[in-house]
Amino acid sequence: MDQGFFLLFAAASVVAALTLVLARNPVHSALALMACFLQVSAIFVLLEAPLLAVIQIFVYVGAIMVLFLFVIMMIDVREAVSQRFLPGSNLPVLVLLGLLGIEMLVLVLRSDRFSVAEPVAMRTGGEVRQLSKTLFTDYLLPFEVASVILLAALVGAIMLARKEPQ
Amino acid sequence: MVPLWWYIVLGVVLFVIGAAGVLLRRNILVVLMSLELLLNSVNINFIAFGHYHDDFRGQIFAIFVIAITAAEVAVALGIVVALARNKSTLKVDEVTMMKG
Repeated sequence: MDQGFFLLFAAASVVAALTLVLARNPVHSALALMACFLQVSAIFVLLEAPLLAVIQIFVYVGAIMVLFLFVIMMIDVREAVSQRFLPGSNLPVLVLLGLLGIEMLVLVLRSDRFSVAEPVAMRTGGEVRQLSKTLFTDYLLPFEVASVILLAALVGAIMLARKEPQ
Repeated sequence: MVPLWWYIVLGVVLFVIGAAGVLLRRNILVVLMSLELLLNSVNINFIAFGHYHDDFRGQIFAIFVIAITAAEVAVALGIVVALARNKSTLKVDEVTMMKG
């Protein structure tokens, strides 16, 4: 049951990711990325992280992708549609990526640390409460630093996108 | 029960696809989107390890990754808008202002 759902979501997310990389139109890429994020949030639900699934949908699909679509709408993208990939030979990059993927897969599949997958004991609920307690006690300082970073990014984005005064 | 290495393999596949998008695509917006995909595949790994080792720190790390990603996207899209206004191009191989 779980495995079937995992395979379904994983296959859909990989197809969506391939569509993202291969699509000609950036709008199609953005929509494929949105589909991929939805599949990944379903995988978070399978991992019993419902808070992260909701945050994923809110932040990525709700905020970041809308931002992307607005920027695509503001900028005329028709001139960039014609050529998808960088000019010149892309073979070394592809070889490098293949080696990287094979290396990671070999390291994962040959190590016995990752293959032992005993099911953990089912928690009795209230994990969001435990998570937030941990977040707001042990990780309070990083949380505040993250909020300051978000504020700085907000100011920086406004300053960068502003029209220069004449 | 889904074994742990399935999640890791999914993370690897999404990471390689995203890296291909970052390294190969010409449109700077698609490069940024592939960057999002990279960060998301890392999040899958964080949450999978946290779940299988019964530890909350994976989820907390994933929350921080999402927050930093939101900040990064805001600044990057501001830069893209400024770039499109000043240089009127979106191709990564034509933005060579910082090349010596």
